[in-house]
Amino acid sequence: MPSLGASRTKHAPWLLSAPALAVFVSMLLTPLVLTGLLSFYAFDSQRGLTDTLTLANYLEVFTDGYYLEIFGRTAAMALLVTLVCIVIGVPETVILSRMQGRWRGIFLLVILAPLLISVVVRTLGWSILLGTQGLINNALIAIGVLDEPLRMLFTFSGMVIALVHVMVPFMVLSVWASIQKLDPQVEQAGLSLGASRATTFVRVILPQLLPGILSGSIIIFSLTASAFAKPALIGGRRLKVAATAAYDEFLSTLNWPLGATIAVVLLVANVVVIAGCNRWVERRFRSVFES
Amino acid sequence: MQRNGPLALIFHTLFLAFILAPLVIVVVVSFTDKGYISMPTDGLSLRWYRAIFEARELTDAFLFSAKLGIAASCCAMVLAIPAALALTRYRFRGRDVLLAFFMSPLMIPQVVLGAAFLRFFNIAGLSGSFFWLMLTHVIVIVPYAMRMVIAAATGMNREIENAGLSLGASPLTVFRRITLPMLMAGIMGGWMLSFIQSFDELTMTIFVATPGTMTLPVAMYNHIAHTIDPLVTSVSAVLIFGTVILTLLLERLVGLEKVLIGRG
Repeated sequence: MPSLGASRTKHAPWLLSAPALAVFVSMLLTPLVLTGLLSFYAFDSQRGLTDTLTLANYLEVFTDGYYLEIFGRTAAMALLVTLVCIVIGVPETVILSRMQGRWRGIFLLVILAPLLISVVVRTLGWSILLGTQGLINNALIAIGVLDEPLRMLFTFSGMVIALVHVMVPFMVLSVWASIQKLDPQVEQAGLSLGASRATTFVRVILPQLLPGILSGSIIIFSLTASAFAKPALIGGRRLKVAATAAYDEFLSTLNWPLGATIAVVLLVANVVVIAGCNRWVERRFRSVFES
Repeated sequence: MQRNGPLALIFHTLFLAFILAPLVIVVVVSFTDKGYISMPTDGLSLRWYRAIFEARELTDAFLFSAKLGIAASCCAMVLAIPAALALTRYRFRGRDVLLAFFMSPLMIPQVVLGAAFLRFFNIAGLSGSFFWLMLTHVIVIVPYAMRMVIAAATGMNREIENAGLSLGASPLTVFRRITLPMLMAGIMGGWMLSFIQSFDELTMTIFVATPGTMTLPVAMYNHIAHTIDPLVTSVSAVLIFGTVILTLLLERLVGLEKVLIGRG
């Protein structure tokens, strides 16, 4: 601030941030470090935590087929949800951008508002829709497509459908941000130079939307990889993913060191994927971001 | 700009149906008069809305979550406003690291936060306390609060503050009479977004909630994991209505796009 002396200016930002910093160090950094340490403790089913430090938990997570399958399923789920979100989210955003101003605002609100509605509520909606007595099954049987109810609850595809529903607004949101920077004249130029609508879209529009698609994908991939409520309630007990496995180790099996190990692996994988993709996107599209 | 063809409009309709279906079904089912999940085919009934008032564990959890959300978002704003001003107004060494640290809860999966808080509470003997549970929520919502205040402070005209100072007002008066009112839209938007995030938080809280500190999402999760009855649909419908009202307020106040950009 202009009235403050140089020495006070030097300390001012730190003084202003001090309360928040103190809370973050004691309530975020400390618990995370404690959990990191916890993952190196040995666990004995009779005696619980023991004092010996070991790498056995990491060895178990990285070699035991059971945990490999869980992490494999988590990655497959996150990848599939991301792809489906691209396939349906990008066209929808383009359609939205071509609408009249007032309708555009209303539809954007309808698509984005569910982001703020409780995940438990949205999961409940899908449980009701997907159940064997649910609306989708009853409708398909009524119009004669199915003879007997299709099992959708407690399946991988049910889980993916419900997760796409939660995640696709993020894709719309981030593609929307890059569509707003688009110059409509460029599209006109493509069309007037004789390119077909499809060619114009693929060669002119899509490349400009790519940064938005990629940043939406990063958000969706990392959120899906650590999703808990949908996999737990719609995937069920058998279809475990990393988040539900960590929960079970902490609160059912009570093998805390193993749960901490799963949590650490999930955290590190998440940070590596986000930071890696961000860096790649920035380098690849520097020219786009600077323009 | 091109116009949308009929194919595009069909796609758009299906997309909206997909987005709204699970919410609409919850609201519709909540008006049933049967004791099980069914469509209200023979007339609407408020039976399950009345039942909410008799379900003590859910009403208690609702009040607890409201209290927790209000306390946590007030606390988050108190921490976030000065820090956000420091980050927008000063160029100092460590600024980028500090900003990344305050935003880091967005990058940490909530299960990991839940596990970390559980371990921390276990060692420090803090579980079952309202205050410490509130601080875990503060950690989760500070990034949202701070981002809204940073956005408001970045676009602010500093000339008026300088005018106030040069006319002899003390820095504190300038902050109270000029800075704070000018940031108000961002602060209120940040507060409401923080409240919604805290009120809906499930994944982290489920690790540290105890019977005495039971939030509504955790109580509902436990209920749904056990059985799905019309009672949870009427509670959910109330939550949907409440969120819609808050969302419209947020849209008026700061614009929904701005609130949600980069959320996650």
